[in-house]
Amino acid sequence: MRPTIRASVALSALAGVLAVPAVSAEDRYNLQQPVTHIAAEIYSMHTLMLFICLVIFIGVFGTMFWAVFKHRKSKGAVAAHFHENTTVEIVWTIIPVLILLGMAWPATKTVIAMKDTTNPDITIKATGYQWQWGYDYLKGEGEGIRFQSVLSTPRAQIDRGEYKGRNYLLEVDKPLVVPVGKKVRILTTANDVIHAWWVPAFGVKQDAIPGFIRDTWFRAEKEGVYRGNCAELCGKEHGFMPIEVHVLSQEAYTAWVAEQKKQMTQAQEPANAAASAATAG
Amino acid sequence: MSAVPHDLAHGHDHHGDHHHPTGLMRWLTTTNHKDIGSMYMIFSFIMFLSGGVMALTIRAELFQPGLQVVQPEFFNQLTTLHGLVMVFGAIMPAFVGFANWQIPLMIGASDMAFARMNNWSFWLLPPAALLLLGSFFVPGGATAAGWTLYAPLSVQMGMGMDMAIFAIHIMGASSIMGAINIVVTIINMRAPGMTWMKLPMFCWTWLITAYLLIAVMPVLAGAVTMVLTDRHFGTSFFSAAGGGDPVLYQHVFWFFGHPEVYIMILPAFGIVSQIIPAFARKPLFGYASMVYATSSIAILSFVVWAHHMFTTGLPAATQLFFMYATMLIAVPTGVKVFNWVATMWRGSMTFETPMLFAVGFLFVFTMGGFTGLICAIAPIDIQLQDTYYVVAHFHYVLVAGSLFSLFAGAYYWLPKWTGHMYDEKLGKRHFWLSIIFFNVTFFPMHFLGLAGMPRRIPDYNPMFADFNELATIGAFGFGLSQLLFLYVVIKCVRGGEPAPAKPWEGAEGLEWTVPSPAPYHTFEEPPLVK
Repeated sequence: MRPTIRASVALSALAGVLAVPAVSAEDRYNLQQPVTHIAAEIYSMHTLMLFICLVIFIGVFGTMFWAVFKHRKSKGAVAAHFHENTTVEIVWTIIPVLILLGMAWPATKTVIAMKDTTNPDITIKATGYQWQWGYDYLKGEGEGIRFQSVLSTPRAQIDRGEYKGRNYLLEVDKPLVVPVGKKVRILTTANDVIHAWWVPAFGVKQDAIPGFIRDTWFRAEKEGVYRGNCAELCGKEHGFMPIEVHVLSQEAYTAWVAEQKKQMTQAQEPANAAASAATAG
Repeated sequence: MSAVPHDLAHGHDHHGDHHHPTGLMRWLTTTNHKDIGSMYMIFSFIMFLSGGVMALTIRAELFQPGLQVVQPEFFNQLTTLHGLVMVFGAIMPAFVGFANWQIPLMIGASDMAFARMNNWSFWLLPPAALLLLGSFFVPGGATAAGWTLYAPLSVQMGMGMDMAIFAIHIMGASSIMGAINIVVTIINMRAPGMTWMKLPMFCWTWLITAYLLIAVMPVLAGAVTMVLTDRHFGTSFFSAAGGGDPVLYQHVFWFFGHPEVYIMILPAFGIVSQIIPAFARKPLFGYASMVYATSSIAILSFVVWAHHMFTTGLPAATQLFFMYATMLIAVPTGVKVFNWVATMWRGSMTFETPMLFAVGFLFVFTMGGFTGLICAIAPIDIQLQDTYYVVAHFHYVLVAGSLFSLFAGAYYWLPKWTGHMYDEKLGKRHFWLSIIFFNVTFFPMHFLGLAGMPRRIPDYNPMFADFNELATIGAFGFGLSQLLFLYVVIKCVRGGEPAPAKPWEGAEGLEWTVPSPAPYHTFEEPPLVK
């Protein structure tokens, strides 16, 4: 009876330690779940690199630790005298080059794919400010929509130790909204210093440089909410200007665009009324 | 001193005593490479502790989500100065200190070629350090633009930035003069019979490092001067409005910056190449290969700088070139690792503290090398750039790399410098505490970076909390363990078991032919090297 109880206590303790609420083990130890083909390519490329490094690690340090334990003076080991071997040097130069070529091939393909921003469905400009993002829908469905996107985490949570929400420091008042499955080209620029627009789940990071336009692209394959951060030190609130992207179905996106346009027209109306009142008077 | 002819009837030592000031004046006016080497090392340890306090303050803030300890502006000052102090105040001067003490001893020279310039090289550093650390206390505080000081953010900063620029200029001048000294000394003052292929590896790596320093420190000076003129003299190097480009700063900075990191690791390779053969009682495997590999690394280091800029919007062909060139550096670096392991293989090893640190270096530095290779893959770097993965990578190569090799060399040569054996038990304890706490601090940072935590932020989402907590605990453990090193060194300076000329059975080199402690003047007559 007792061994079984002990075993089940041990098992539940183990389960308790391993269980991480709301976050799977993978999320804590690896790149975020990819939501674009590019991010998936990066994810598997990283896994491949890890595997290759692991093999080399085991080879090199297996050898080293073998020597550490066996070739000790205290074990009576007598030092050999060899101290060079040209063949061996050539071999362990050429083999790494071949391994590197194997790594470079998939990487080259992905670099070229990441750079291809042609034929987007929607083009959005993301402008980095100290310390928030501004979004301008420049071309494609939603053209003309523009708004600022500001951190919405209450200061009380940051400064006064109030209980932190799940999306602490990763939530904004007005998120970027895009349709699923469409190629979105993001132009980046900045208003003041260099910022960087980064959404890990998309595999996208692009510096936002004042006075210059850069671009990148993504095609989100899954609806959902994806969060990122500014990725270039830009002053005191660098850690407080996140990116939040809502990927909607095509229908929901169209509805959102219509809603935004309506709000923009409504915002115009009081201004129009004032303008016509001024001209009338 | 070296201008005095050696055959004076009344003897050189007697003559030396007359001209040998004591007290403060001795240290201010010394041209002796041993004195200057000691001053460099004491200075660098003081800077290491001050940079360490900054790091611990950073880690204290990052212990938990939320802002508890410091405000974001000050947090950024701390990260910036931690980097500048550790790079320019701790690691580089420490290696120069080793160069000063060891190069003349290892090549059989009486001193450095330019002994007076050597004094000036050192004494430039304390004022520079005062400028840098003093910048915390001026209005606006220290610069908070990151140790990389990217424009336009650095152009925005207060007068702390100008103090940092001035300090960097001064430290750069010190490094350049020191490097010239090292090159001229090694080329011209080797003892008869010490051909190039008999030069100790520590001297080879420092010779190559010195060329890197001379090549790139002026480039850094150029970069920060352009920032200075953009700030105060109406230029627009980095401002689009005036026809400039912020990315130009990054190109110029990293053209310096990448060779700089090799400047910080090549002497480490040299130290480890002295220690492993000594404690394996077996010659260094592949001496010629090691020289070629070090030279290849140095040459390649000039053509990889833009791997720090993969997210700036470089054209695809540029990204590919820099990716390939960066990956290529793994080849000569790997050759060196294999050669060290081959030196250990079928040796007769003992594991006194220097060997512990050297083998520890090999293990942990190589891990840093792997993460560097992973970052070299441009698409992967898009995800990892500016995250804690990069912080983990460079701390693995700089702390477990450079710092551990400095500890290894310190324990190895302390008997020569002081005449006493250090406390072996405490030394070993320092090693084990350091390597364990180091890994507790920095290994979790790989996961943080992969999971999406950016760097240079004082606060973060709770999903990053547990690894941050672990890193902070490790950091405090690591930091406190370094006080043990301080204790061991002070204890050794003051006394201990008398050290013979060659305390390490397998050690080779001219430095082990002079008594311990090494006399104030050594090799006044150059030895003949067979």
